[in-house]
Amino acid sequence: MQDMSEALGLAIALIASGDADLREIVALSLYVSLSATLFSCLIGIPAGALLAVMRFPGRGALVTLVNALMGLPPVVVGLIVYLALSRSGPLGFLGLLYTPSAMIVAQTVLIAPIVTALSRQTLEDLHTEYDETFRSLCLTRLQVMGALIRDGRFALVTAALAGFGRAVAEVGAVMIVGGNIDHLTRVMTTAIALETSKGELALALSLGIVLMAIALGINALVQSVRSGAARGSYA
Amino acid sequence: MIRKLSLAAALGASLALPAAAQEDSILVQSTTSTANSGLYDYLLPLFSETSGIRVDVVAVGTGQAIGNAENCDGDVLLVHAKPSEEAFVDAGYGVERFDLMYNDFVLVGPENDPAGIDGMGVSDALAQIAESGATFVSRGDDSGTHKKELALWEAAGIDPQSGSGEWYRESGSGMGATLNTGIGMGGYVLTDRATWIAYGNKGDYGIAVEGDQSLFNQYGVILVDPEHCPSVNAEDGQAFIDWLLSEEGQSAIAGFELDGQQLFFPNAEG
Amino acid sequence: MPDDVLPAHARLQAAAARADDPRRLNARGIALSLAGRRVLDGIDLTLGPRGVTAIMGPNGAGKSLLLRVLHGLVTPDAGEVRWGGQPLSLAVRRRQALVFQTPVLLRRSAAANVDFVLRARGRDLSARDGLLRLVGLDGRGATPARRLSGGEQQRLALARVLAAEPDVLMLDEPTASLDPASVLAIEDVVARTARAGTRVLIVTHDAGQARRLADDVVFLNAGRVVETGPADRVLRSPGSDAARAYLSGRLVLPETPSETPRS
Repeated sequence: MQDMSEALGLAIALIASGDADLREIVALSLYVSLSATLFSCLIGIPAGALLAVMRFPGRGALVTLVNALMGLPPVVVGLIVYLALSRSGPLGFLGLLYTPSAMIVAQTVLIAPIVTALSRQTLEDLHTEYDETFRSLCLTRLQVMGALIRDGRFALVTAALAGFGRAVAEVGAVMIVGGNIDHLTRVMTTAIALETSKGELALALSLGIVLMAIALGINALVQSVRSGAARGSYA
Repeated sequence: MIRKLSLAAALGASLALPAAAQEDSILVQSTTSTANSGLYDYLLPLFSETSGIRVDVVAVGTGQAIGNAENCDGDVLLVHAKPSEEAFVDAGYGVERFDLMYNDFVLVGPENDPAGIDGMGVSDALAQIAESGATFVSRGDDSGTHKKELALWEAAGIDPQSGSGEWYRESGSGMGATLNTGIGMGGYVLTDRATWIAYGNKGDYGIAVEGDQSLFNQYGVILVDPEHCPSVNAEDGQAFIDWLLSEEGQSAIAGFELDGQQLFFPNAEG
Repeated sequence: MPDDVLPAHARLQAAAARADDPRRLNARGIALSLAGRRVLDGIDLTLGPRGVTAIMGPNGAGKSLLLRVLHGLVTPDAGEVRWGGQPLSLAVRRRQALVFQTPVLLRRSAAANVDFVLRARGRDLSARDGLLRLVGLDGRGATPARRLSGGEQQRLALARVLAAEPDVLMLDEPTASLDPASVLAIEDVVARTARAGTRVLIVTHDAGQARRLADDVVFLNAGRVVETGPADRVLRSPGSDAARAYLSGRLVLPETPSETPRS
């Protein structure tokens, strides 16, 4: 328990001091996980909209599969992306392994199913409500998907946040494909794992507190933007 | 913001230009024991300052480090498992192996010393642990330390697998993580001295066995063979190895101290 | 009077005499069963290209379902719907519009709801303000659609479908449970739309509304057409027992149509 109070003190001191290493690690964590969230949204939201709107044989199985992929273990994703990006792997010529780009790829693979599955659920509910109106207007599938995404935008933010939360908190995938290289691929979670393995538990915990504070801050920010926007144009 | 933009640009560039040559930098596949001790934080800036070459280190178990190097995911291999290193070179993955430095392993345990091994030779100590059934926590991850530990059991004439899951427990993780586990269980752990000195969560643990001839821990350094792996930055990797083996590099290694103790002893053949 | 925003076209005037006028309905043998119950039971219906037709009948008669079949939202088990001699293709359906009893508005501003349809039909957005003015929502364009009152929402739904410039406008009990001012506003727009040439089919329970708007009445009971004829005649002296019973029950309480028990 001494570790806990020590960690809290350390966390406050770390944040207050604006430690350069800490800032670098936090910036890289945000860069990697926000990029992965962005790419996951670019993939997952249209894919979710397609699954919400289209009816085709095997759709039920596909929805089940996407839902199941929400539980992908990060370490398995890390291993698969490592094998793909390794110099001896099929995409080795890209030279991406042990770079932030590799970490973005791994986290995108990890959270794209989350964004897809949650978008699908949100947009399908909306589609049920709008379906007859849209069919009466004889909209094309693309128009329907566009309208659903636009009108579901605030709920979709929640899907994106869920993906971001998973990305920024995972360690298994970025550890393998990033390598936890100092000043290059070290992010919050791999730094926490490293400090833990060095027995610096208080420092590790204080980094954990910083990570949670950041996650909380981003959620609060998005929530306030969302409720502000909701007052404006959404009911 | 600037960082973000430049990283975004770097991402774009790295996706757009396949296999674009990295600016002067090399990747070293190495072990958790060297990284956790803080050796690289001390050593690498000294080299980079004079050479202008950035060195990135991936710290994993020796087994995984060798595997990654075999996949061409690294320019230099710096580990501590001589037979595996020689096999790596013989198989054509590495150019040549050089002795770099050594330290030693120590057997650490709780203050109350449940097996009563304090001050024993390592073979007797291990036999005593097995006989008393006191907990022993192994790396169990095919690392250099793990390989060393298995060799010590064999020399003591004991098959620890017979006690696996009972008194013999394999954590399957890095040096520091295994120390965390071992101390949490009140078990004995074999660790390299450097990691032990740098380790920050010792609790009531101390060194029970040390100084035995067989606890010697040799580190080697190998350039990954550019003929096997065309992506290897052989020029800069060789420069790093040359520097490590040079008088300057060797004295730098000797100069790395923690709590007033020297952690690694250079022994390159000058 | 902003009647210039209504889909009044020389094209429609000229088409009226022709058999392929897209406002001419010819439905034959429409039958549909839902959950084992025969809800539409062999409906034949022929309507000319002009005017307002009220579809009336007790609850469960199949009025709303018939409207959806005529618009192609529901496919019948048997029978055929033709408009201007054409089967219900996408091109035919795109020239029709349906106002639902409960409007489903987009989660956007009132103006953006109209813009959405203008854009979907490739029309210029400059038509939007006139449409909002037509339904008495000028100045409310920036208001989130779902913050409008019930009556305003239905008026917006009407403006939105008119943005598609339909040849045929169908309304499914559009004024049920609306305030009297909105009822009058909607009836006014529907009447003007019809005068401008759009064919109007309206499902209503309100005999007063039918009298005010309709040129003729189609009376349904138990999935069958039991009576058709000019509105004056059918509403004053219905020829069928079902229509007589329904209308006499209804005429007892003419001033509170929406609160009348619907049985």
